[in-house]
Amino acid sequence: MSAIAHEPGTDVVVDLVDAVAVLGSFPALAGATLSVRRGEIVLLRGPNGAGKTTLLRLCAGLVPLERGQGRILGVDLVRDRELVRHRVGMIGHNNGLYSDLTVTENVRFWGRTVGASTSEVDAALHRMGLDGRLANLPISRLSAGQKRRTALAGLVARRAELWLLDEPHAGLDAAGRDELDQVLKLAAAAGATVMVASHELERASQLATRQVEVVAGQARELETL
Amino acid sequence: MSKPSQNSSPENSSPKNTSTVIATARLIATKDLRVELRSRVLLNQVVPFSLIVMVMFAFALDSDAVLERVAPGLVWLATLFSVLIMVSRSFAVETADGALDQLRSSGVPAMGIFIGKTVALMVQLLVLVTLLVGAAVVLYRAQVSWSGGVLLVTTAIAATCGLAAVGTLYGGLAAGAKGRETLLPLLLLPVVAPVLIGATRATESAFGTNGIAISEGWPWLGLLAVFAVLFSVAGAVAFGPLLDD
Repeated sequence: MSAIAHEPGTDVVVDLVDAVAVLGSFPALAGATLSVRRGEIVLLRGPNGAGKTTLLRLCAGLVPLERGQGRILGVDLVRDRELVRHRVGMIGHNNGLYSDLTVTENVRFWGRTVGASTSEVDAALHRMGLDGRLANLPISRLSAGQKRRTALAGLVARRAELWLLDEPHAGLDAAGRDELDQVLKLAAAAGATVMVASHELERASQLATRQVEVVAGQARELETL
Repeated sequence: MSKPSQNSSPENSSPKNTSTVIATARLIATKDLRVELRSRVLLNQVVPFSLIVMVMFAFALDSDAVLERVAPGLVWLATLFSVLIMVSRSFAVETADGALDQLRSSGVPAMGIFIGKTVALMVQLLVLVTLLVGAAVVLYRAQVSWSGGVLLVTTAIAATCGLAAVGTLYGGLAAGAKGRETLLPLLLLPVVAPVLIGATRATESAFGTNGIAISEGWPWLGLLAVFAVLFSVAGAVAFGPLLDD
């Protein structure tokens, strides 16, 4: 059921065929077909209301698949939605952090949801440059970029294999955006697959290995970089 | 990033099992209590609020005889008012930066989230009720014998368990709704009326108010236990679909 032909041996992480997702009575996704391979950074672009966020939420198992076929990390989106959620990480407009807890406590909390060890949590903090002085600071004292990195460290700690990021550059200054891009490139190099919905087209285009345009609930391949 | 197992199967790695639910519940309860220890909302806001309510009742009624008679009801009324604040706070922590969405999207069992939040709320409520009973002894001259103490402690455990369970259930329901601050009292207060009645009657027996025997309090404890079990089970089952909606 693969949406596009793949080279033998490549891992298909996202495989949607004619996927339909309905929000209320509105078909936010109207027959989207998309295939993403492991290690890719895919930019989803398109106007507001085109279905980018719904596409990400569908891949995260947060929106039910009404019609069509969908497999995420080889897991059926209809039959095993809970398992999909377990292996996928999504960060929307918020970071999902507890402001009264420290950076380490937040990352440890998210890591513990999958039984991550202390060394895994430490490694996640180190990978995101959050070890040292920052580790013991409460979230309420961090900059927007540091909060976003903490949220991403949480994804690393909970071993998310597919990262779904909705407008990840929003609210960050130039340095924070550079930091984020670096982190995402490293994550993809380490085996994670990243899907980014963004209006920051110039920046996100440099980051992405592929671009997909979402228009009126349908996904269309733009170019292969 | 861990490399995924090529052979991972849904059957082998499904997070939905008892140990995962218990582990999640422990994780959530520990986190909630740690957040409370850091923010000290219970200590700095809820406890002073409930003590002020008790003192205001004393000013309003202004009669030792009346106060002694109504002390059990005032303790539980003050507790119910405080529950509203505590439940709102418990879910405000989750929704302030989208952590509740993250919890659901991380695939942790909703039953574990429900149990964890209920346990954390129950622990905080037990601390509050203990302080309020102490205030009733000081302000309203309520008296507790040793045998009455046993009834009082079991009543507090059953009542706080029921309040925490129903509070968590309705807190989750209201968490994503518009006007949740006003919606929560509307939803919660009518439902917890049996707890108010049962806990007040059982506490009257424990205090020996109006010469009521301690033995008369145990059937009311049964009502509280049934309520606690009913809403604990209903909440554990319904919490997942409720969060998804």
